[in-house]
Amino acid sequence: MLVDEIKILNQLGKQFIPDVTKPQVPGPFKGRPEISADKVDVEALAALCPTGAIGTEPVSIDMGKCVMCGECSFAYPNKIKFTTDYKISTNVRERLIVKEGDVNPIALDESKIRAEIRSLFGRSLKLRQISAAGSNADEQELNACGNPNFDMGRFGIEFLASPRHCDGIVITGPISENMAEAVQVCYDAVPDPKIIILAGSDAISGGIFAGSGALNRSFLDKYPIDLYVPGNPPHPLTFVNGVLEMIRKKKN
Amino acid sequence: METPIATTSHYASIKNQESIGLSKIPVLSYGDFYTYVVELMKEPQVHCVNYYAYENGATLKFICCLADDVAGDIRVYSHELPKKEKMQLTSITREVYAFHIYEREITENFGVEFIYSPWNKPVRYAFNRADRSKQVNDYPFYKIQSEELHEVGVGPIHAGVIEPGHFRFLCNGETVLHLEIQLGWQHRGIEDLFLKKPALIQRTVLSESTAGDTAVGHAATFAGVMESIAGITIQDRLSIERTIGLELERIAVHIGDLSNMCIGLAYQLGASVFGTLRTPTINYSQLWCGNRFGKGLIRVGGTNYPLTDSLIESLEKFLNNFEERFVPMAEKMFSLSSVLMRMENIGTVTKTQMELIGAVGMSARMTGISRDLRKSHPTGAYQKLNYEPVVDIVNGDVWARAVLRRKEIIASIALIRQLLAKLKSNNETSTQPIREGDLKLAPNSLSVSLTEGWRGEICHCAVTDDLGKIHHYKIKDPSVHNWMALALSLRDLEISDFPINNKSYNLSYCGHDL
Repeated sequence: MLVDEIKILNQLGKQFIPDVTKPQVPGPFKGRPEISADKVDVEALAALCPTGAIGTEPVSIDMGKCVMCGECSFAYPNKIKFTTDYKISTNVRERLIVKEGDVNPIALDESKIRAEIRSLFGRSLKLRQISAAGSNADEQELNACGNPNFDMGRFGIEFLASPRHCDGIVITGPISENMAEAVQVCYDAVPDPKIIILAGSDAISGGIFAGSGALNRSFLDKYPIDLYVPGNPPHPLTFVNGVLEMIRKKKN
Repeated sequence: METPIATTSHYASIKNQESIGLSKIPVLSYGDFYTYVVELMKEPQVHCVNYYAYENGATLKFICCLADDVAGDIRVYSHELPKKEKMQLTSITREVYAFHIYEREITENFGVEFIYSPWNKPVRYAFNRADRSKQVNDYPFYKIQSEELHEVGVGPIHAGVIEPGHFRFLCNGETVLHLEIQLGWQHRGIEDLFLKKPALIQRTVLSESTAGDTAVGHAATFAGVMESIAGITIQDRLSIERTIGLELERIAVHIGDLSNMCIGLAYQLGASVFGTLRTPTINYSQLWCGNRFGKGLIRVGGTNYPLTDSLIESLEKFLNNFEERFVPMAEKMFSLSSVLMRMENIGTVTKTQMELIGAVGMSARMTGISRDLRKSHPTGAYQKLNYEPVVDIVNGDVWARAVLRRKEIIASIALIRQLLAKLKSNNETSTQPIREGDLKLAPNSLSVSLTEGWRGEICHCAVTDDLGKIHHYKIKDPSVHNWMALALSLRDLEISDFPINNKSYNLSYCGHDL
């Protein structure tokens, strides 16, 4: 009966987020941290971190290493607080390190965005995703970027199957030794000019897998990285906003 | 020859999430081990939950855990082999096919040769494998000697945004004669990292990252191992909350799978509605613990995120709303002939095949095998739920895998409601997770922890040394067995039916590769 379908469609309603730069994320979501000047035993604080993301002079958190377990904020709630600010992508690795007293948003360094990215990809960016030992959470969040809620397709951003049709790659996972060759082959197959995005703490630093004998991250030493998207896994809003900031000039 | 009967002097019997002193596990000669294991595996209610080896000084120690689904216990058998250049054992696989994956892994890791093994093909090309000259990109495969047949190779990178693996189809025209699945590209050395990263939080995060779509399942299994070796009894409240987490994870993945299957069927309405129902499910997880995949929810001995009254209220609202939208959509989908004809009799496997390969979880139940740890080996809150698994579907085809998800979603909603009722009458105050220094593991012990994750049986085993440090950690994801089910489904099918079959299983690459 067609009536059933109409009822279901009616229930479905409109699902898209009208402005992806604006929504608030619910719950104890861990986005950009803020570190107060509170005096604590910094060595003990740093020792808590499972990935060595906490620095001591001054106290800092490297969001490229952070796996958002929250252990530091549970032990030292007055020292470290995770805000729900999900706009934590950037194109400069050092900007992922949030220091004591930093309260400004993490942003891209406009001067370091390659000119061709804005001129060529501003209205259409096709990406080849490579899961290089990604845990499948990262991949699912990247898939979610194109779903009816986040709908990045409306900005011309899309994941495609063939690297030949793409403008760049998005790597998830810490890059296993077994995937190293495939990553290189896939990257080589993308026509120039092309970009590289690292999505998730595993891709950016190895995350919890850093130091494993099963990894081969030498690919990352060869090429500049155009965008770091932190998270464990990265939230779709972190990815979509990061990419939008990279390919489009901010409207003020 | 008389049939040997294994007596209790030949094995140690434990319950799920129980630990036992290593000295209490009898070490058998391989001949006895072989005989008793093969004999017990003939019992239909017995299946092997793990069989692995680890280095113990100058010897390799083998642990084999056979679960009796009726008695609800796990029988631990063991044998040893001195480490040397050439190590040989007689293959159990030739008699019990489900052992293929275990023996192949032992060969790959330690170089033990299994005589009469049908084919000791490498499993995942682990970085610490015995023979480093073997490379995953050059794996051996069945070759064809015919001019009429052809091969279709796909991978390791696939078309979609999914994990890597290699599928090789041997085809006669459009018909698949055989699908060979090779994995290993996702290998991250997790088991080794469990030893190299000794902090409790490191190990907890590793367990959550074993398979990102089963963060709660693997973390709960890990917590079970730690708590049993440390002799920690967790509160009812905590157990109820964990169980809610597990059932929520099941709903979230099942609904996403139904959506993906609808995409494979080109049924847009189902894809949209199920897809948009997944969003509030994982967003509830974020509301609860800050992460859409439930990372952070499970911690050893306690929780950072108790299910508060307001969270309980939101959960009830979510369930009602979910059910209201899910039920009519599912009814619609399963009444459409155009949908049914793409699922019925497609990718059929039999109960016998699934028993032979040792299939677990949904892959077993969709052929009518009653294999569900929530009933056979329940722990914590499951012990009081008397859950009856969905086993009235026997078809073993894509339709069976879809209908099973539909029924399990409804069953999980009912389970969560039961659990919430228990939670409301529970007066315990939530406890914090145990701190690093307070966790004291019993020395020289083995613990086996099983959880019915959404895919099926997750098994973690840990062995401690003289000082109570973890000496060896073993993880087994349900996919380890179930990938073979996908390969069998493809036989005599059109190659174009692969995507819908693959989606109907949704198996884990990283859970397999570790």
